Amino acid sequence: MRVCITSQGDNVDSDVDPRFGRCQYFIFMDTESDDFQAVKNPNMDSMGGAGIQSGQVIAEENVKVVLTGNVGPNAFKTLSVAGVEVIIGVSGKVSEAIEKYKKGELKSTDGPSVDSHFGTGK
Amino acid sequence: MIISVASGKGGTGKTTIATSFALSIKNAQILDCDVEEPNAHIFIKPEIQEKSPVFIPVPQIDKTKCDGCGKCRQVCVYNALAVLKNDVLVFSDLCHGCGACAYFCPQKAIKEVDKEIGIVEIGIKHDKYGGNLEFIHGKLNIGQAMSPPLIREVKKHINPTRINIIDAPPGTSCPVIESIKGSDFCILVTEPTPFGLNDLILAVEVLRKLKIPYGVVINRSDLGDKKTDAYCEKEKILVLMTIPFKKEIASIYSQGIPIVEVIPKYIEDFQKMFRRITDGKFS
Repeated sequence: MRVCITSQGDNVDSDVDPRFGRCQYFIFMDTESDDFQAVKNPNMDSMGGAGIQSGQVIAEENVKVVLTGNVGPNAFKTLSVAGVEVIIGVSGKVSEAIEKYKKGELKSTDGPSVDSHFGTGK
Repeated sequence: MIISVASGKGGTGKTTIATSFALSIKNAQILDCDVEEPNAHIFIKPEIQEKSPVFIPVPQIDKTKCDGCGKCRQVCVYNALAVLKNDVLVFSDLCHGCGACAYFCPQKAIKEVDKEIGIVEIGIKHDKYGGNLEFIHGKLNIGQAMSPPLIREVKKHINPTRINIIDAPPGTSCPVIESIKGSDFCILVTEPTPFGLNDLILAVEVLRKLKIPYGVVINRSDLGDKKTDAYCEKEKILVLMTIPFKKEIASIYSQGIPIVEVIPKYIEDFQKMFRRITDGKFS
């Protein structure tokens, strides 16, 4: 299954990025093979609507689950309509987060965890 | 003629200056463009005669026509659309109403529908010259983040036969630019504190970029330090007027009364400032 983890770097030893829309990298991973691909987030410095467009990226990548720190209302709406499960409150290394997910220790959320503009740091 | 009143820093006295200035000169019209928190009406106390809602066009997707090509999302610079396999999402709070999505949709699947963002109110106040001071302001609806379209609606009421005084919002971002652009002159109100000076310098940079002539009014001029005067001198910026920090002025202000209604000397001062602005040096 294809999952996406928001990451502060381009490999699985990097820390999970607590922001969704403005995370630094998306790490797309196949949970069966552990093959992954890191993609720099084009929406990191977006003027606005970063969550929506990051949600669009995820939807286009046929991801089933997103692991991140926090998700705002617009991103959450985009992801839910796209049928992507959202897991929030994830921290530590990307590799650790994946392991926890595989063990079934992480539960998905049914709503956004932060307000709009959380990731802008303002 | 259009004279805007801006500041950089908030709370320097823009509305105090703009309203008393408008009340001191003949044939004036005041437009409160601080649509997020309009307050010029507190000083002016106009009789509101007209109220009209303001709309922006936002996209509505006809799902029977949409083939999910994603062109609308690509052309939306405000990131207000998500095109998913099973749905197109419109985030109208991010939409600026530019119409690009509808224009470029190959399937003609987008209709623009009106979304109310606020209201414009128009009123009058009898001035002491036997004429009327025209009053216009915009009020942004609660929850709306997009003030420039409403500011543009307020500015549609600019009357070229009158002296239009624009009370701008504080800061140096989009709402300020929208309010002051097209002005023949801009009055920058500041206070002689490190905060006032810091934001005055930012506001001056904006005006230089916009190529709008400007001058400075120093409010509470005997407070703080002399660095604002030194800055204006060094940059050859005209100080149009200074208003001291006086209990009498603060007390009038605290009652929502324009200073020119209590201290007639200021009528002359504002008229003098008007002559300095219009004597041809700047336009």
